[in-house]
Amino acid sequence: MTAAPARHIRARGGLHGALHRSKAFRGYALLSPALVVLFVGVVVPFLILLMMSFWTRQGFDFDTTMTTLNYARAVDEPIFGTFLLRSFWVSGIATVATVLLCYPMAYYVAFHVHRNKMLWIILITLPFWTSYLLRVFAWRVILGYEGVINASLLSMGFIEKPLAFLLYSQTAVIITLAHAWAAFAILPLYVSLEKIDRSLLEAAADLGDGPVRRFLRVTLPLSLPGVIAATFLIFIPTTGDYITPALLGGPDGAMIGNLIQLQFGAVNNWPMGAALSIILTLWIAAIALVFVFLTRRAERVVA
Amino acid sequence: MRSGSYITRPNRTLQIYACVFLVVLYVPVLFIPLFSFNDSIYVRFPLQGFTTNWYVDLMGRDAVWDAMWNSVRVGVCVAVISTVLGVLTARAITRNRIPGQNAVVAFVMLPLVIPGIIFGVALLVLLSRLGIPLSLYTVALGHLIVCMPFSVATLLPRFEGMDGSMEEASADLGENGWWTFWRVTFPIVLPGIVASLLLTFIVSFDEFIMAFFLSSTETTLPIYIWSQLRFPREFPSVLALSSIILTVSFVLVFIALWIGRTGLIEKDHPRPPEAPKS
Amino acid sequence: MTSSNPIISIQSVGKSYGSFRAIKEISLDIEHGEFFSLLGASGCGKTTLLRMLAGFEDVTDGAVLIDGEDMTGVPPFLRPVNMVFQSYAIFPHLNVTDNIGYGLRKQKLPKAQRQEMIDEMLSLVQLDGYGARRANQLSGGQRQRIALARALIMKPKVLLLDEPLGALDKHLREQMQLELRRLQQALGITFVFVTHDQEEALTLSDRIAVMSGGAVLQVDTPAGLYEHPRTREVASFIGHMNFLEARVTGRKNGHATLDVAGLGTLDVPANGAALSTGDRTSIAVRPEKLRLHHSAPENGQRAVQGALKMTTYLGERSHFHVEVPGCDRPLAVSASNATLQDGRANAIGQPVWLTWAADSLIMMNDT
Repeated sequence: MTAAPARHIRARGGLHGALHRSKAFRGYALLSPALVVLFVGVVVPFLILLMMSFWTRQGFDFDTTMTTLNYARAVDEPIFGTFLLRSFWVSGIATVATVLLCYPMAYYVAFHVHRNKMLWIILITLPFWTSYLLRVFAWRVILGYEGVINASLLSMGFIEKPLAFLLYSQTAVIITLAHAWAAFAILPLYVSLEKIDRSLLEAAADLGDGPVRRFLRVTLPLSLPGVIAATFLIFIPTTGDYITPALLGGPDGAMIGNLIQLQFGAVNNWPMGAALSIILTLWIAAIALVFVFLTRRAERVVA
Repeated sequence: MRSGSYITRPNRTLQIYACVFLVVLYVPVLFIPLFSFNDSIYVRFPLQGFTTNWYVDLMGRDAVWDAMWNSVRVGVCVAVISTVLGVLTARAITRNRIPGQNAVVAFVMLPLVIPGIIFGVALLVLLSRLGIPLSLYTVALGHLIVCMPFSVATLLPRFEGMDGSMEEASADLGENGWWTFWRVTFPIVLPGIVASLLLTFIVSFDEFIMAFFLSSTETTLPIYIWSQLRFPREFPSVLALSSIILTVSFVLVFIALWIGRTGLIEKDHPRPPEAPKS
Repeated sequence: MTSSNPIISIQSVGKSYGSFRAIKEISLDIEHGEFFSLLGASGCGKTTLLRMLAGFEDVTDGAVLIDGEDMTGVPPFLRPVNMVFQSYAIFPHLNVTDNIGYGLRKQKLPKAQRQEMIDEMLSLVQLDGYGARRANQLSGGQRQRIALARALIMKPKVLLLDEPLGALDKHLREQMQLELRRLQQALGITFVFVTHDQEEALTLSDRIAVMSGGAVLQVDTPAGLYEHPRTREVASFIGHMNFLEARVTGRKNGHATLDVAGLGTLDVPANGAALSTGDRTSIAVRPEKLRLHHSAPENGQRAVQGALKMTTYLGERSHFHVEVPGCDRPLAVSASNATLQDGRANAIGQPVWLTWAADSLIMMNDT
């Protein structure tokens, strides 16, 4: 009978041991709620969207026969291509502007802020967390026909009538996008700059490089992964932005996001909207691949 | 400190640039509260005089209170659910070596980068095919997708920064997984959990595009604001409402970021240097 | 050294990660009240073996018995052992009192009794009055003591220590070594101690298992390991050692006759080596067991002549390198400066003679 307690422990432990052993299994068990949510909220909707993009509108219903008609329209009718290209153009300019303007700021915090670094980071990223709609709205207050700039210039007598190009233009969209996404660009730039070993710069100085050459030959190449990440993180979401062009773009500044919304709203051609969404997704995926490739190369250079 | 070193010595130009940058970052947003106290329905200089009328007017509208209440309800639910999911995900990723975990993280983070409109229309299509009517629940589902990356991104560094031997020490001292979680893991990651709750609440509270596609007649605050933008007469009250939302957001986010980062920078449990593990 | 009732019995234990064998069939008994060390370079499997005892690593083959009970599948929280972690793992959100009392929850003690036990532990580790401090207000040495107290309050059958002194500076380290030894002797608990520091292992342990590549090379007392290492790996891991190539030319009852490079034919104890005539092996001799003479010994003692290649003065001792014809490397000789034969200058190239005691030559089991 002396063996009984030991066997008891073994049996109980055996079950636990089996669980303990498959750590991967337990990991997936913990992940499963999140994965289920993502499956229901992302994968399934996307598959249905993909399916719908091959349907056509039939009055207030859909013709569920599979056809590539929507894609053919997207290619043939110039309006779709125009919107897509304009989206890339506008968000491309905004992205470049944002990264260029944010880089010195990130550099300053990484290299020249010694006390209260955390406070600086929080101050810079704080606006990013607040309502995107309201930040865009703020620019409407400033750039609007009756906005701060126009009204002030008018009252001071510099202009006769409001400057129309300020609002409802691509420029307005670009300014607003660059401003609204700045905080998003700062973080990856800051992280990559902060990681740079200060002794590398001291070595460069020791070997005869002045500040400019030191920056071009050491700091910039080593911070490239951050630059690429920031570019990616801004370019992708701004391409499909809806609020900014809707509030500030006007007819000239409308982007692909507005066109998609139109299909689901006023135009009421959901299959076409689905097809446009899929095209936008594919474009984004293609660009993401390019960025992944660039990041790999940049990291190989850094490492 | 390295403040005195050659490489990091003060640079006047950069200093000025940084100050200008901060001013430009904040000033546009500050116009909103500024004009919300202006006694004119036109947004222009010079200011016409101080008034709180727009705020008083706002308080008297049922639609504002309804939208506020809807936003709070959705925000609280989304914050709690996404933080719970974030804890489970961060815990699974840091403590269990799961195959393909990088793919899982990338998948969770996807909504951070992909334009919200794609997720919005995709969910809209799914719900309409299933015949599920739009409601605050569908808005919450959309917000959950948007908020999960923030929750995971906030909690992951917390779990990663926690010395794995903390949990082992608890097991060694006789506590099973459940008690170990509540007595050790939870208190250590608590700042991250608080930060995640606050941030996801704010993200949901401020979210527009998902709610735009997925809400019905019961609207959230951003949708209410959107609907009022069409009426120039309503401009000042929109400014007042926006000021309130901005103030609440700034305060909550500042607290969240402060709590979320505090423990991470002054690491309270450094690993020993030179740890020769066999 | 084997008794019928070891506190820990490691029986043909192995561990694989895929095709990598982290632990290769180790069998080992640890006795009640022993201070037992696992010694080896990093990556040798010593920490893995310790974590197998604690239950943090699964045993792929074989079994671990603690106090006669098979621990297979028993999770860490049900094992009668406790551990002092390398990082100490002091809970940062609890004060010292709550850290030490962490494991007492299940015992549901009255508050006063719990406090009494904790105070007792605090004074055992000489930290009276530190109960209210938080983890981040403690120094490395204090964290170490808290980690000890937190484990010892559980009255474990075995205390496992994973390189607990690794993060401390030299002075504190020596102080803590004495303290560990004192605690272990006062409490009579079995300690299993993992370290990569051979000096520390020699100072503290009753017995040491030298590990390498996931296997145990030799288990012995500190003196046994130092005086009679069985393989070159063990011999070179502990202290300094000269090795001379040798060939077995004959064997008879426990002795072997060897043809040793540079020294000629010698008769040495076989040291448990299972080598037969014709096998190649090596002979090990400690630098301090060789004696340096500036003239040929006159009493007919066996000596070998060489040339002085290098001298290093170390205060208390001096080190010499002596080139001996027939040896591929100079022999290291260490002598106390107090006993050096004469004060003549040790010029490079000067002829010297080396002598040795018969039992100072150790025959290796491998080449």
